[in-house]
Amino acid sequence: MPADFNWAIGGEAGDGIDSTGKIFAQALSRAGRHVFTSKDFASRIRGGYTAYKVRTSVEQVQSVVDRLDVLIALTQRTIDENLDELHEGSVIIYDGERTTMQDVEIPEEMIGLDVPLKSLAEDAGGAIMRNVVALGAACAVSDFPIENLNSALEKRFGDKGAAIVENNMAAARKGRDYVRDEYDYEFGYDLECTDENYVLLNGDEAIGMGAIAGGCRFYAGYPITPATDVMEYLTGRIERYGGHVVQAEDELAAINLALGAARAGARSMTATSGPGIDLMAETFGLVATSETPLVICNVMRSGPSTGMPTKQEQGDLNAMLYGGHGEVPRFVLAPTTIAECFHKTVEAFNLAEKYQLPVYLTADLSLAVTEQTYPPEEFDMDAVEIDRGKVVDEETVGEWQDEQGRFKPHAITDDGVSPRTFPGTEGGVHMSTGLEHDELGRRTEETGMRIKQVDKRSRKVETAKEREPFEAREFGDPDAETLVISWGSNEGAMVEAMDFLKEEGIDVRFLSVPYVFPRPDLTEVIEDAEETVVVECNATGQFADLIEHDALTRVKRLNKYDGVRYKADELAERIAATLADDGGETEEATT
Amino acid sequence: MSSDVRFTDFKSDAQPTWCPGCGDFGTMNGMMKALAETGNSPDETFVVAGIGCSGKIGTYMRSYAIHGVHGRALPVGAGVKLANPDIEVMVAGGDGDGYSIGAGHFVHAVRRNVDMTYVVMDNRIYGLTKGQASPTSREDFETSTTPEGPQQPPVNPLALAFAASGTFIAQSFSTDAQRHAEIVKQAVEHDGFGFVNVFSPCVTFNDVDTYDYFRDHIVDLQDTDHDPTDYEDARSRILDPGSEYQGVLYRDEDSVPYEESHGVDADMSDIPDGAPEDAMDLVREFY
Repeated sequence: MPADFNWAIGGEAGDGIDSTGKIFAQALSRAGRHVFTSKDFASRIRGGYTAYKVRTSVEQVQSVVDRLDVLIALTQRTIDENLDELHEGSVIIYDGERTTMQDVEIPEEMIGLDVPLKSLAEDAGGAIMRNVVALGAACAVSDFPIENLNSALEKRFGDKGAAIVENNMAAARKGRDYVRDEYDYEFGYDLECTDENYVLLNGDEAIGMGAIAGGCRFYAGYPITPATDVMEYLTGRIERYGGHVVQAEDELAAINLALGAARAGARSMTATSGPGIDLMAETFGLVATSETPLVICNVMRSGPSTGMPTKQEQGDLNAMLYGGHGEVPRFVLAPTTIAECFHKTVEAFNLAEKYQLPVYLTADLSLAVTEQTYPPEEFDMDAVEIDRGKVVDEETVGEWQDEQGRFKPHAITDDGVSPRTFPGTEGGVHMSTGLEHDELGRRTEETGMRIKQVDKRSRKVETAKEREPFEAREFGDPDAETLVISWGSNEGAMVEAMDFLKEEGIDVRFLSVPYVFPRPDLTEVIEDAEETVVVECNATGQFADLIEHDALTRVKRLNKYDGVRYKADELAERIAATLADDGGETEEATT
Repeated sequence: MSSDVRFTDFKSDAQPTWCPGCGDFGTMNGMMKALAETGNSPDETFVVAGIGCSGKIGTYMRSYAIHGVHGRALPVGAGVKLANPDIEVMVAGGDGDGYSIGAGHFVHAVRRNVDMTYVVMDNRIYGLTKGQASPTSREDFETSTTPEGPQQPPVNPLALAFAASGTFIAQSFSTDAQRHAEIVKQAVEHDGFGFVNVFSPCVTFNDVDTYDYFRDHIVDLQDTDHDPTDYEDARSRILDPGSEYQGVLYRDEDSVPYEESHGVDADMSDIPDGAPEDAMDLVREFY
């Protein structure tokens, strides 16, 4: 394991927790360190408990662990909430002058640093900068050069003018100097800096970036946690490329706007979360049966109903696989890392257009809102390829007309994919409909044509399986007796958990599956393994159901549905326990 | 655009299954005439329809078209138009489609003011489900689901549009062919959302709002001193209870369509073969 450092700031929503955490994360990233952040927030605008955690190392980090080295606590509750992650020697920075912190309780084995955040901030120009004072204090504790923090402050406040930047830098210095002058401790941290240049982004941002790179020009959505960041990212950026974002009146309008734009020839997308998917289900069938290429991004949160909007879950798999009435093919892509969110978004648009169907692109909350550093080359724009599928123009449209010159948008083809024309194309006039239709798109209830059209649409899936590399990402020892399978954001925790497991003498072959449908056939690898454990963040094991269905065998299930993502060390422990437990088939989560 | 387009070019070879005498025949003919006379061609026109008798229009007209889901035609139309502002978009619907299930979309489409035309075939009844009350049915109109009448006042679609800052609000009568086509044509030519509520009688299920009823009660605004650009005049007529006006009730001559106010002018079907040339700038933002 790389020597890593875990830092957090916590307080009430409205305390500026998020932006303070982000500044520190950026400071580390700008110092050439890898960063992984996580957020703990409640569904309220002010009050409550909220925290921003930063894990950093010189090596890549891709999950959270059960450990906190330095905590900036703006409330007593922040300390209480994190007690089990604090350890002997953990440093807690707080402001004893703050009314609510006067009787602060710091456990004996920990180091409490009382720093007058507010009054130092006032000395620097304003109480509003008290969190920046705390960041300066954290620099002193972690022996992190304040120049890197200054660089992040410059980025954050540069737009507001030099004076604001100067004041913030002064506030940070005051915090650092106060700790240096008042506390004569050797904290023992050394946050080494490197010359690497990393970018720091979250999954929603990666999806937005992938959308623009992948040619998406139209986006319609309705704000919903935790998918709104996608819309916020695209707004103001997609216009530079001739695109547009519409904030619709509801999810029904959003998907219909997106559908209209797609029929007009735009690469088009909507994004929502579980409750929005339910509303969109009505139009989903129309998208599929009219064979419209559309990317529907579902950033999952805890359900059902409004559930826990700010908490992690992977509970919508069945809704995406089976949602909507009738039977229609759809693809479900589930990126497993933040970088994958970018790559899979590009791929989703290609798949949607090549096979003319709706593609669900799903991220879970943990993937969407947490940030990770990557070398910029990870997002290689030169490697982006765009395949628009069977689009015909005025020259080629003749090949797809009947003897009366009418265009056949639903022509029966061997590969299941029909030609399409964009409005404005002479000779390509046609109607699309949610009614069952013939090759021309005209309504029909004739049994022969019904079967031909259903089969044609289904054939796309077989074609895609032949042509596309729907593969799993493989880690660890291919000959290991134990096979772990997961999807979504669990990959990062699992990759790191493998190191812990190795220390326990447990070798694991790990498959992370970004394709839910169509998905790779894992029958053989499951047969080769002594034991198979499927890890996911839901109660019933929706992905495990699929695996069992495919391979006609039972697997062990490791389910977590308390609203919190897997932590690497926790996951390792639970896998070890699952393997040791021969009696039970299923390891249920503790909450 | 070709100048030699005739309105019959917008006719498909499908035989309408509307009841003989249905008002929708006249409504559709007027739409086709308006499109042809404004210089549009079927190749450059997109017709969006929802569900119900009105929803069949996409089949009977010849153009790019979609027959969507009930009540959601307007957002589809806006999506088409914003993705390619060069395309003429016409949305057709019924009173159930537009003022009941789609009422939310209607209000927002009006205030969004995308440059397209919305024609509602208002027969004040649900026809295709065989005669239930619609949002514009009279308070005492007895139907299979409202044996005592709905006992709620009907929706006033013109007032809804007016309250939502509509920039073009008109009403016509499907059988008054020339006038109806002329009014739809003005809606097409309007810079923004052109809304036309069309009295399109249902000869099978509605024995109250009949051709004869409308002939007796319609007041044509061109026979009055009405000035459609006069906001107060428009308001008093739109809110006039029991009135059955034909003509343009309100027109905002300063209307700025959504595309213009939001700078949407690109044909979005035109994208590069790979990522945009300066796409690495998007990555660098995250340093």
